Amino acid sequence: MSGPESLVHARGLTKRYANGFTAVDGVDFDVRPGKAFGFLGPNGAGKTSTMRMIACASPISDGTLRVIGMDPRTQGREIKAKLGVVPQIDNLDTELTVRENLEMYARYFDIPDNVARKRADELLEFVQLADRAKDQVEPLSGGMKRRLTIARALINEPELVILDEPTTGLDPQARHLLWERLYQLKRRGATLIITTHYMDEAEQLCDHLVVMDKAKIVAEGSPRQLIDQHATREVLELRFTDAARAGLNGQLEGLADRIEELPDRLLLYTADGERALEQVNARGIAIESALVRRATLEDVFLRLTGRTLVE
Amino acid sequence: MTLAIASTRVFRRNWLVYRRLWHRSIAFGFLQPLMFLTAMGVGIGSLIGAQQQDAFGGFPYLHWLGPGLMSAMAMQTATFESTYPIMNKIMWGKNYEAMLSTPLSVRSLVGGELAWVAFRIGTLAAVFLLVLAAFGIVRSPLAVLAVPVAMLTGVAFSACLIAFTATQRNDVGFSAIFRFVVNPLFLFSGTFFPLSQLPDALQAVAWATPLFHAVELIRGLVLDSLDLATAPLHLAYLLVMAGIGAYLADRLLKRRMAG
Repeated sequence: MSGPESLVHARGLTKRYANGFTAVDGVDFDVRPGKAFGFLGPNGAGKTSTMRMIACASPISDGTLRVIGMDPRTQGREIKAKLGVVPQIDNLDTELTVRENLEMYARYFDIPDNVARKRADELLEFVQLADRAKDQVEPLSGGMKRRLTIARALINEPELVILDEPTTGLDPQARHLLWERLYQLKRRGATLIITTHYMDEAEQLCDHLVVMDKAKIVAEGSPRQLIDQHATREVLELRFTDAARAGLNGQLEGLADRIEELPDRLLLYTADGERALEQVNARGIAIESALVRRATLEDVFLRLTGRTLVE
Repeated sequence: MTLAIASTRVFRRNWLVYRRLWHRSIAFGFLQPLMFLTAMGVGIGSLIGAQQQDAFGGFPYLHWLGPGLMSAMAMQTATFESTYPIMNKIMWGKNYEAMLSTPLSVRSLVGGELAWVAFRIGTLAAVFLLVLAAFGIVRSPLAVLAVPVAMLTGVAFSACLIAFTATQRNDVGFSAIFRFVVNPLFLFSGTFFPLSQLPDALQAVAWATPLFHAVELIRGLVLDSLDLATAPLHLAYLLVMAGIGAYLADRLLKRRMAG
């Protein structure tokens, strides 16, 4: 069912490129208004292709797609009028100033000059760039450029904001500032679609997630639901010397619900990590280091695909 | 938003960038014809005696050359404006990606860019005409019509080059365009010497190329020597070239941006 409750409605959505590569292979999802919807997956999973189809930048190859109740094949222009797009790689106009970037973009949406000026003022304030209004774009830091791109995406007061890997390549401080701004945006009732390969970003920002891998959706739910369904409450991470690891011979058996072997460590999935660690020590197993932590979306992804998110 | 209005938005973006540099562009617009006319028209022209003027339609070489250079300026400016800057907007700076996330269409991008080239060449051609007048070359008030002809020439070249640029993945092809298209046209379109000096076969080739038609029209208008029998043919050539170019630019840029 799509209906008024779904801002983006996809069934069997497929993207095949001219060279025969299938980037998105029959995915189903619904984006509800006022929520932050996330696509989590590694590079090449099909997230950006999905975003480009939603943004009417790339035609769909097969399936159904409705965006804000309209058909991207025939109503691209009407849809774009109501979208805000933050692409993966900044495409600000480097020959214009910060302020001109916003005002000129408003003109592309046919927004009158006086309204454009007012919105530019408000948005520069919102993304904390008011003092840089007259500067050129090029000397801005990566985080500032991203914030300006987000301000630009909001100039037409969009019903839906699409952010493709909004914090990739930013330093931790810039990421947190950006997350905080996006959180404010969400509180104002905006609907967001976010792609990311950072599980912390997905946990911080998204109400609802789909996990993508190899062109398909492999799981769906809230971050909490996904962790509950596909991981245990806690994880015990163990590191060994090479010799000790080679000599394990199944000594860890029975200590956890599931054991995941990574090149540099073992992950023991269990409800109580501390207890599992006590048992490891009680069995006299020689470990190099141990860490007990809560399960994250990273563990969900590992469980579903057998691989880590950022490789 | 109609195509015309949408195109003015694209035009205005270019204007916003240009208005910080316009004085430089205009100064260069004066300097370029001044240098060429002095070197080639006065310098070389003074070596060409009055008895040779018949070969140049009875005009002094400086007068004959001036309008030819004006036509070539239209071609060169259009070529430059439609290669690197357009490639930047497609690939390096991704301006078009950003603009196409709005209700602007590819067609309005092409429309706006062509209008922009027409404007740029219009101002440069007007400046050129002033320089020609200062040299005493302009012989008729109808010479002002050379400005719109230069604009049409620019649009015809620009449209075809935007189409070409839309198919390029790097700028290697551009030096080939300058070397193998722009420079030969510059030299062999009746700009510097009458085509009658070439073998018949080459004359026929020149007739088939675009700059020749622009040179014939602009020279005819400036020197008040327009051949009314062939003028419609020259004009039709440039109009058809602009039309085909604009159609291809729209098609190929659409394909590129959806890729």
